[in-house]
Amino acid sequence: MSRLKVTIDGNEAAALVAFKTSEVIAIYPITPSSGMGELSDQWSSEGQKNIWGTIPSVIEMQSEGGAAGALHGALQSGSLATTFTSSQGLLLMIPNMYKIAGELTPTVFHIAARSLAAQALSIFGDHSDIMSTRQTGWAQLASNNPQEVMDLALIAHAATLESRIPFLHFFDGFRTTHEVRKMEQLSDEDIRAMINDDLVFEHRLRALTPDHPVLRGSAQNPDVYFQGRETVNTFYLRTPKIVQNAMDKFAKLVGRQYKLFEYVGSPDAERIIVLMGSGADTADETVEYMLSKNENVGILKVRLYRPFSIEHFIQAIPRSVKSIAVLDRTKEPGSIGEPLYQDVVTAFTESLDSDDAKFKSLPTIVGGRFGLSSKEFTPSMVKTVFDELNKSRPKNHFTIGIKDDVTNTSLDFDPDFDIEPAETIRAMFFGLGADGTVGANKNSIKIIGEETENYAQGYFVYDSKKSGSMTTSHLRFGKKPIKSTYLISKANFIACHQEVFLEKIDMLKYAIKGATFLLNTHHPKDEVWNKLPRPVQKDILEKKIKLFVIDGYKVARETGMGGRVNTIMQTCFFAISGVLPKDEAIEQIKDAIRKTYGSKGEEVVKMNFHAVDKTVENLHEVEIPDKVTSDFELPPVVSDKAPDYVKSLTAEIMAGRGDFIPVSMMPIDGTFPTATTKWEKRNIATEVPVWDPEVCIQCGKCALVCPHATIRQKVYDEKYLENAPGTFKSTNFRGKEFPDMKYTIQVAVEDCTGCALCVEVCPAKNKKETRLKAINMETQYPLRIPERANWDFFLEIPEIDRREVKVDTIKGSQFLEPLFEFSGACAACGETPYVKLVSQLYGDRMVVANATGCSSIYGGNLPTTPWSQNKDGRGPAWSNSLFEDNAEFGLGMRLSIDKNSEYARELVAALKPEIGDDLSDAILKADQSDEAGIYEQRQRVDDLKKKLESIDKPQAKRLLHVANYLVKKSVWIMGGDGWAYDIGYGGLDHVLLSGRNVNILVLDTEVYSNTGGQMSKATPRAAVAKFAASGKPLPKKDLALIALMYKNVYVAKIAMGANDVHTVKAIIEAEKYDGPSIIIAYSHCIAHGINMAKGMDNQKAAVESGHWPLFRYNPDYRKEGKKALSLDSKPPKIPFEKYAYMETRFKMLTKSHPEISKQLLKLAQEDSAYRYHFVKKMADILDGETNGKNGNQ
Amino acid sequence: MDLKTNYLGLKLKNPIVPSASPLANDIDNIKKMEDAGAAAVVLESLFEEQIRHESKELDHYLQFGAESFAEALTYFPQANDYRIGPEEYLKHIKMAKDAVDIPVIASLNGVTVGGWIDYSRKMEQAGADAIELNVYYIPTNSRLSGVEVENLYIDILKAVKAAVKIPVAMKLSPFFSSMSHFTRRLDENGVDGLVMFNRFYQPDIDLENLEVTPNVILSTPHALRLPLRWIAILYGRIKADMAGTSGIHTAEDVIKMLMAGAKVTMMCSALLRNGIPHIKKVLDGVKTWMAEREYDSVNLMQGSMSQKNVADPSSFERANYQKALQSYRPNI
Repeated sequence: MSRLKVTIDGNEAAALVAFKTSEVIAIYPITPSSGMGELSDQWSSEGQKNIWGTIPSVIEMQSEGGAAGALHGALQSGSLATTFTSSQGLLLMIPNMYKIAGELTPTVFHIAARSLAAQALSIFGDHSDIMSTRQTGWAQLASNNPQEVMDLALIAHAATLESRIPFLHFFDGFRTTHEVRKMEQLSDEDIRAMINDDLVFEHRLRALTPDHPVLRGSAQNPDVYFQGRETVNTFYLRTPKIVQNAMDKFAKLVGRQYKLFEYVGSPDAERIIVLMGSGADTADETVEYMLSKNENVGILKVRLYRPFSIEHFIQAIPRSVKSIAVLDRTKEPGSIGEPLYQDVVTAFTESLDSDDAKFKSLPTIVGGRFGLSSKEFTPSMVKTVFDELNKSRPKNHFTIGIKDDVTNTSLDFDPDFDIEPAETIRAMFFGLGADGTVGANKNSIKIIGEETENYAQGYFVYDSKKSGSMTTSHLRFGKKPIKSTYLISKANFIACHQEVFLEKIDMLKYAIKGATFLLNTHHPKDEVWNKLPRPVQKDILEKKIKLFVIDGYKVARETGMGGRVNTIMQTCFFAISGVLPKDEAIEQIKDAIRKTYGSKGEEVVKMNFHAVDKTVENLHEVEIPDKVTSDFELPPVVSDKAPDYVKSLTAEIMAGRGDFIPVSMMPIDGTFPTATTKWEKRNIATEVPVWDPEVCIQCGKCALVCPHATIRQKVYDEKYLENAPGTFKSTNFRGKEFPDMKYTIQVAVEDCTGCALCVEVCPAKNKKETRLKAINMETQYPLRIPERANWDFFLEIPEIDRREVKVDTIKGSQFLEPLFEFSGACAACGETPYVKLVSQLYGDRMVVANATGCSSIYGGNLPTTPWSQNKDGRGPAWSNSLFEDNAEFGLGMRLSIDKNSEYARELVAALKPEIGDDLSDAILKADQSDEAGIYEQRQRVDDLKKKLESIDKPQAKRLLHVANYLVKKSVWIMGGDGWAYDIGYGGLDHVLLSGRNVNILVLDTEVYSNTGGQMSKATPRAAVAKFAASGKPLPKKDLALIALMYKNVYVAKIAMGANDVHTVKAIIEAEKYDGPSIIIAYSHCIAHGINMAKGMDNQKAAVESGHWPLFRYNPDYRKEGKKALSLDSKPPKIPFEKYAYMETRFKMLTKSHPEISKQLLKLAQEDSAYRYHFVKKMADILDGETNGKNGNQ
Repeated sequence: MDLKTNYLGLKLKNPIVPSASPLANDIDNIKKMEDAGAAAVVLESLFEEQIRHESKELDHYLQFGAESFAEALTYFPQANDYRIGPEEYLKHIKMAKDAVDIPVIASLNGVTVGGWIDYSRKMEQAGADAIELNVYYIPTNSRLSGVEVENLYIDILKAVKAAVKIPVAMKLSPFFSSMSHFTRRLDENGVDGLVMFNRFYQPDIDLENLEVTPNVILSTPHALRLPLRWIAILYGRIKADMAGTSGIHTAEDVIKMLMAGAKVTMMCSALLRNGIPHIKKVLDGVKTWMAEREYDSVNLMQGSMSQKNVADPSSFERANYQKALQSYRPNI
């Protein structure tokens, strides 16, 4: 039977089978598995059916724990159910997994294997999560590439039904889940042939039903629990054979034969490597190469890791083997070896214990770790391991792929060792996230895979920033099957889609001799050579590289493509590479355009067609001169002024050389210095704001809304202007608070993202030219050098004394130094202005517990952190524990601080005679309610410390260590709505009722932003999100009102764009309240599909429509008999629809489901009206209550 | 009493047609218009910009930020089918045709000859009985001559006429140097009707925010005078049917317009202000007036007060200016 050839990624391959063989799919988004759930939801909403002709029911749960619980229920009730998850998500499923296995319940969970959060979180691939579940009683089946993912997914679904053992089918996160590979798609007939309906009926017969009632899930006691646990043994014993039978049946049906343990290599190999996952393909490729060099080697790919069949394992290993290296893609600190190694040793040892043992003695077996967090695993590393096995005493417990210069576990490998067949074309593309490069390359590899005879593979690498991020696409294709599961390091074709990258990255180091280099440049072809950096010219000459250029920017501009050069550069690639005849290539590109954009209307299609047609005539080959003419060298990664730490570690990571950082240079416990984003100078903005002091009214709004803290204002004495650079701007301060002082607004143009939020909110207009404001966007490049000097000068001007500032005003708050700066958040992010404001108000004494999500990524993703420090070295201390536990994590911080503070006070009291009454009393009775109070207490604590040094008592030493806790600390618990409304809600609820002084800031984007826009319970009705493709049918959960019901919690709902003064006030009140506070901040988001520069307008509209009523509830006021609940926004004055139409998340529903959209928008209108009305009534009730009773509850 | 009239070759039961307005976006409103006695309905315009930009805008925002960050490769679920503005408009034509028996006139608004003109054919296929072309053009280019501006209209007309078989009317601006010459050119190029005139929404200045704001001011009956004059002047000189629009609020307004030479009168502001049932009130008023004056048919009065047929043709010309000024007495 001929099957469809498709070019898809591993996630889609798994989802295709899972969807076809399931009835209930309960999921929760987590990278890199989210794609599987999203596709399932999409297919379900499109009405696609499973092999039994019914549409699987897909539900998004509040956490992975919730998904596992729902699945457990669905399975017990007789459904075929599945889920997809990763990493921490899998850990949250463990309790249910024991239950599901204990009850012998057939199911398959498809796992994108990913690192676990230890010293740091990592979204990338390894087997740490899988290995953490090997004790749960689930079968574990490993796929090594996207084709295997599809095949083994089906084998798993078939085998689970027969064995009654639940299966984890796993494959490597990103490397396999996100690798696009040409493969054969299994048909419905294939799936039907593999799935035995009789076994499905048996599963249904075991369902809990009142028609045949049983009890399952009893509590057992010492008398029988043990025996009960042993009843399952036979099921485990027979499972390997069942799986092998399924593999054999599959082979007959489809032609691809799999084995539980699959040996590849010389039949009489003496050295073998045992491993599983994507690394096995690279090992396979390397073995093929080494065999051709007459090396006697082989590898054993472990597919069924649990139940581990010693019999099949030993059978698969050649009798000739003398030494074995077992590679684990995980780490178990403190163990005597990683799990697969230990299993192999045990398997061999046990196999010796029989009369007809295949092996009479143990071969040399060593274990090693590789590939943690998607660390590259290359043929060179494979060869190195084989070479190590040649030694008489190969190193055990080694690592490969890193340099461990501390415990010297690592094996050295040759980074230049290359075995890729010359006939495989390797192409690398360096693009900007925003220019569409990856999307176009996905189309290209699809075209090559599906329209030519070539094998094809695409893999895409993104950087750690959400704005101005660079993407690197790695495409391979050729006549030979591709087994290379590692990045390209020797390319035939290199394309640079943004010319600025030439100054930042040495991309031609990847070029092989005679390679082709395609450059998008605005320089004409005759001038381009002289504009190239010197190292680029050298590489071109030395490697005899052919250079092609196109002014893709111009073609994009002329064809209406804006900044998206994707289609243009894709066309160039096909035109130059010759992978298809030119006309055919163009037809295929156009066909792909039609498929990609067709649903969005003819105009987009036409625009892209136009770009394709215009490309070829603008593409030129450059004649290469015979000598280097440029003297432009690549600039250093960071300034010379950067601290050594930044130069030696951070800068190396920034330069893309993080792989070469040895173990000794890494922090031992995941602790990093803060204040490092300022060394990046990313220069990603093409336009930046420029201040006009003449027009400026000095309101501070631009600084307030700046998401990246790149606009700052200072007020200062004129004397500081003495050595000002010529272009430094200054004017008289206008207010009464600082008479005769100077005022400056300064922009950090090298850190600015060019989002223009500041320009949009600027209320001052130039009276002569009303198009101009007090802040206007201008081209960055000419400003770069002078403004760099101005910024440095500005930083040298002393910060204002915090005691002199009216912090509860916009202007005043913006004189405070931001201690959160230059984050990698999206340009015009709606969250970071709040975070920055909090850092300005409390940064010098705050501790932050940050839930996993956008804020933890822009806050804590290496190489740098935006959390910063003031000149005294004080600043926010920040940590991220997990996604689900953030409220509890923050509460723990509060408990600890309170305890330390209490202990310090006890010690002060105990040491009163030595410290002196005055100082002791002043410390113990200090009023720290404002900046002056904090300042004075700090002075007292400094005095105290001095005194303590001369007091020879153990208590004095103890007090010295906790004395800083005598100064008030501010605990902030931050996170998004996914955390607060969904996965962390239980903990949040508990913390709200703890009575402790914590400040919770919910950055509510109304969607899971970080994982790509999945619905949360904060998503409003009628909005489209992933898992709500037809619009969210139910209203947004009102977390603020829930919190309000607790009476003892300070609650505020804020939206900076609607009322900035209210925002500042609420944050100050919340912090001041000596108890739990929760602030829910409307945060416009890229996931809303809006013009981000106008994000503050969207916030305003959200409030004006009644969707987001502003209010503050202050329990202190209630006690004082004052108005406790203050409704701070006016009754809705615009219809919800008007707000909704400003955002694609609502608007797209009017295009995709017009009728549903109409109904939902009507209901959403009612929601808004009701929400406002409800808060108003509540305010009236509370007002009446305090008026009636005169307070005190 | 015979209220029937012919407009663009369509046999209409009376001369009152709601002109293009947001009211016609709702099928229920269109039904109410028919119930109130409207003889046909002009749908709100499909704008060239809508056709050109809506799909680009949707594409832009759906892909914005995508494929940039490893955890969020997209931000929206994929939908296989979007009903972009034009498609939705075409569906609306079909629904309107299914809902009412009166003719449905689709309206297309644009200023260049381009791909969007294809939509006239799609409108025809969707069942539109006629097309009203609305060329909303403000010639700000100082190098563009009046002839070139006129040519733009002619080119668009020709392109649409070549694309469809159904009648094509053109909604005109009153700002042409030589209205008679220009309308003759349109006539020669096969225009089936002229809708006179388009009310340009004039921008206003918001003094608070120093911004230019487009605020809509509904027409008053005074607006009637301008089209009334030109319909009266052109009546009998061109083959195309004329529709009077702007300032039609009462039965008297309708009658005046018909007498000037209009085949139909079009109402918008009056309906926005007074609601759809206002059609019936005006229609009843027309009937009463006709009955009182013993007019048997609308046909009888059409053009009766045109320049050609009035006792003093100069009253529609410059000489009339003098008289008008003399008649004005300031209220001091």
